[in-house]
Amino acid sequence: MMNTWIYARNLVVGLWIVFKRTFTKPVTVQYPEEQPYLPPRWRGRIVLTRDPDGEERCVACYLCSAACPVDCISLQAADNPEAHERRYPEFFRINFSRCIYCGMCEEACPTNAIQLIPDFEQSEYARRNLVYEKEDLLISGTGKYHDYNFYRMAGVRTRDKDKGEGEHELPPVDVKSLMP
Amino acid sequence: MIDWSHTALTIAVILGSCLTLAGMLIWVERRLLGVWQERYGPNRLGPGGCLQSLADMIKIFTKEDWIPPFADKAVFVITPAIVVITALMSFAVIPIAPNFVVADLNVGVLFFLAMSSLAAYSVIIGGWASNNKFAFLGSLRAIAQLLSYEVFMGISLMGAVILAGSFNLSDIVNAQQHQWFVIPQFLGFLGFFMAGLAEAHRTPFDMPEAEAELVAGYHSEYSGMKFGMFFVGEYLSILLLSAMTVILFFGGWHGPWLPPVVWFGLKMFGFIALIILIRAAWPRFRFDQLLSFGWKVVMPLALINLLVTGGVVLWRAG
Repeated sequence: MMNTWIYARNLVVGLWIVFKRTFTKPVTVQYPEEQPYLPPRWRGRIVLTRDPDGEERCVACYLCSAACPVDCISLQAADNPEAHERRYPEFFRINFSRCIYCGMCEEACPTNAIQLIPDFEQSEYARRNLVYEKEDLLISGTGKYHDYNFYRMAGVRTRDKDKGEGEHELPPVDVKSLMP
Repeated sequence: MIDWSHTALTIAVILGSCLTLAGMLIWVERRLLGVWQERYGPNRLGPGGCLQSLADMIKIFTKEDWIPPFADKAVFVITPAIVVITALMSFAVIPIAPNFVVADLNVGVLFFLAMSSLAAYSVIIGGWASNNKFAFLGSLRAIAQLLSYEVFMGISLMGAVILAGSFNLSDIVNAQQHQWFVIPQFLGFLGFFMAGLAEAHRTPFDMPEAEAELVAGYHSEYSGMKFGMFFVGEYLSILLLSAMTVILFFGGWHGPWLPPVVWFGLKMFGFIALIILIRAAWPRFRFDQLLSFGWKVVMPLALINLLVTGGVVLWRAG
């Protein structure tokens, strides 16, 4: 008898608690009209960025392709005879129908070239349209790292400076000398 | 002397409004469930999403109307019709306002009980004709449920009949001009409402179509407009349950200032909202719980209520 009373009371209390929700605001985000806030580090669409001088950052090292758990990145390295035989991707292809947006390519990239940006609106009617080529991926800006230029920090020779003349670089060590 | 044009007009108005309301109820229920679950529900098509039912209807008409090869075809096909026809037949005796009733039967209550019992057959034979385990389990549950609620449904509304001294629904409403029957007949109201929920297969007594356990219960095999008929039939029985509760216990069309039809509609909407709130809040019972609760608690209470009401009425009559 006591139990029956408790059950009945619980049912009525439950009804009242749900009824009180009449006066609360829905938590739904009305998506197409109301855009959700995405944090800057949101892992969305993948882009290839350029350094502050406007050159491609990608050096075609294949680390992103190797790190990709679903093998959705495909590229071909080539040498650029105009810029000290520097490597660059001849083609760079990401199949977004396979991509799981894990961000491992971004972690693997030594030059901050490949980056994930807060954009998820990639719907397509045909699956083949989800295969992005280099011209689809390459953007004109620097992405998340505005001042970073790999060649300025790596101690290598570039078009306008020699080894060790960069901002944070030390002059090259003469390995044949015994002096420190 | 029956005024045929008046009757025909009443039939047209009641039939049209019942079917429209049953369609709209699908949208109303989804919006109200949304309100109580802190979301919006369908709000895209038309003002507030009110054309959602229309879109659903267009969609359901273009669906394949498939009859499973293992089903009992004739029975399978007529079953959805039984649901809707029995629910609509009951509306014939519902007095919405004074003289606004299709058939003012002097056994209106009995007619309603008969029609609602017939509606249960559609569930039973629909599940049987589907020749599907889940559908069959749904039908079994419907039968077990029927045996428990049908008895005290009749008994618990007899109190109102005794107080009004008539089986005619208009007379019952008129007898409540000064005091609603829910006050002297509160136990009867609870019993009737509970039985009505079981009759309409609504939470917490929706075991015959328990989605979580039985796919869709007795209408698992139905598709296209046949499924739509089951759906409309379910909403018609919600309308019917609300209308009967208002008539038997909440004074029908009586109320101050507003016209009778508006009062009837407002009270009915209150009960529809309550039924939807119950769906939003309460869990589903096991059917053995419904059986034992029905036979061991509600049935004795309804009998005591009937006995006391009868005694008091006789004692007052002297």
